[in-house]
Amino acid sequence: MTPAELAGLDQVARRLRYDVVQMSHRAGTPHLASALSCVDALTVLYWRVAQINADQPADPARDRCILSKGHAASALYAVLATRGFFPRSELETFAKHGAALAEQPAPGCAPGVELATGSLGHGLPVGTGLALAARIQKQPYRVFVVMSDGECNEGTVWEAAMLAAAHKLGRLTIVIDYNKWQATGRSNEVMALDPLVDKWRAFGWDAQELDGHDLAALDRALTAPAGERPRAIVAHTVKGKGVSFMEDDNNWHYRVPTAEEVEKARLELGIA
Amino acid sequence: MRNAFASEITKLAAADARVVLLSGDIGNRLFDKFKDAAPARFFNCGVAEANMMGVAAGMAMCGLRPVCYTITPFVTYRCLEQIRVDVCYHRVPVVIVGTGSGLSYASLGATHHSCEEMGMLRLLPHLAVLAPADSHEVRACLAAALAHPDPVYIRIGKKGEPTVHQATPKFAFGQSLTLREGRDVALLVAGTLATEALVAAEKLAAQGISARVESCPSVKPLPVETLREVFAACRAVATIEEHSTWGGFGGAVAEWLTDQNPAPRARLVRLGTTPDEFLHITAEQEDAREHYGLTAEGIAARVAVAANA
Repeated sequence: MTPAELAGLDQVARRLRYDVVQMSHRAGTPHLASALSCVDALTVLYWRVAQINADQPADPARDRCILSKGHAASALYAVLATRGFFPRSELETFAKHGAALAEQPAPGCAPGVELATGSLGHGLPVGTGLALAARIQKQPYRVFVVMSDGECNEGTVWEAAMLAAAHKLGRLTIVIDYNKWQATGRSNEVMALDPLVDKWRAFGWDAQELDGHDLAALDRALTAPAGERPRAIVAHTVKGKGVSFMEDDNNWHYRVPTAEEVEKARLELGIA
Repeated sequence: MRNAFASEITKLAAADARVVLLSGDIGNRLFDKFKDAAPARFFNCGVAEANMMGVAAGMAMCGLRPVCYTITPFVTYRCLEQIRVDVCYHRVPVVIVGTGSGLSYASLGATHHSCEEMGMLRLLPHLAVLAPADSHEVRACLAAALAHPDPVYIRIGKKGEPTVHQATPKFAFGQSLTLREGRDVALLVAGTLATEALVAAEKLAAQGISARVESCPSVKPLPVETLREVFAACRAVATIEEHSTWGGFGGAVAEWLTDQNPAPRARLVRLGTTPDEFLHITAEQEDAREHYGLTAEGIAARVAVAANA
């Protein structure tokens, strides 16, 4: 990635962050900090990695991207709209009565939404099924699943991990948004997640950790050619990243920003 | 019945490249022929049924026709939320097959009984529920399920059950199969108790009560044409199943009956396992059936009382 490309990508991510702050404010929806922590991973995935075409969202050969942490749906919608899957003006309807863009993704609620999520621990099993289907149907696509750290509490995550490793699903990649918080506590105090990278390695995955807000590092990890083993990228992130007064403050799992706070966020993000 | 399942799924997979079989580490050697014929389409998903259901949903989203198979409690209770969210919410055509349903594995204890699962699954949107009576109906139900655009749950027995048909019958969702004609009472059976119901009909005939016997593999959708007919024509109608009298076939018929206006004249008798309790007695399937009065004698006795009331 050239410095110019990196700067462009950083600009995209800033804009997406401001989108989700506005969406939370307008709709009065929680989980803003969870959306902010995965914006960088989604940006790299959708702008640099995934082989997708907004004009052919149902192309059988497309890469499959699943946001398994469905509570961060605002980030997914902002990404898809900005990437051309539907008009950005639709973001203004987010979570409004009768709107297609539900607070958590519903089946087929918008072009580019691959899976209805919201209940945790579903993205990886379904993603494993998509990856096995690609092999059966001789399709070239890869499968990417963006998960939360709290989600790793779910047993299905580890069931899928073992099946994917047994079948050498090198085309399957997960990114864990490791923001160290779950709904009501520090992730490692609720369930002993650490050493998280070692766990994935022990489960037979090609696992690595990186700074989940380092766009170049994410780009390198996600674009590296697929090997035999499924790949786990443990992305160390900050919940609420990008807005100083939200960063690492778990109240923003639930809080909705006021108009003044939206304005403050806008200035911090450098949005004109 | 499980042998009929294995042979039929092997045949259907040979004819349709979309058919994929997922097993929850069960059926030792049962699927050898399938594996020989279509090795790339057989997956032993291990003892991890919740994941298996999600994997199947993912495959179905790509146009494949996955069939999930293991012992009934594990392919239903264990992964109820995956059936609800991954399969039903996305409305993808996964076929779920539970073997050893009802009291088939009575001797293994309540962990292996399934006397509530039809009630749970019947409530899930888009999911059909089938309870075939014998190996011939297993074949018919499986073929129909794989041709169906929505998800289907099929509860089957174990092996060596007596048959009630001579050959594969013609099956359609929402229809029953007449096993015996009769006019005074109707015995509607969902599942393998059909053989007991046929003997019960003989016993009732000896008492001067003419009993019609219908196999009702289609628990959801209900065979409403048959229901209308028998509730209008008979004095008593019995539902018979290896399942709680709450929530399963009898429960569904009771709901249907409550909504009929004017109310039909026939009385409904629901025969099944006792609701709100586990079976704590160590018992083989026959003993467990006896315990619940689900034998030809027990069925005939209770239906006779209702018919003469």
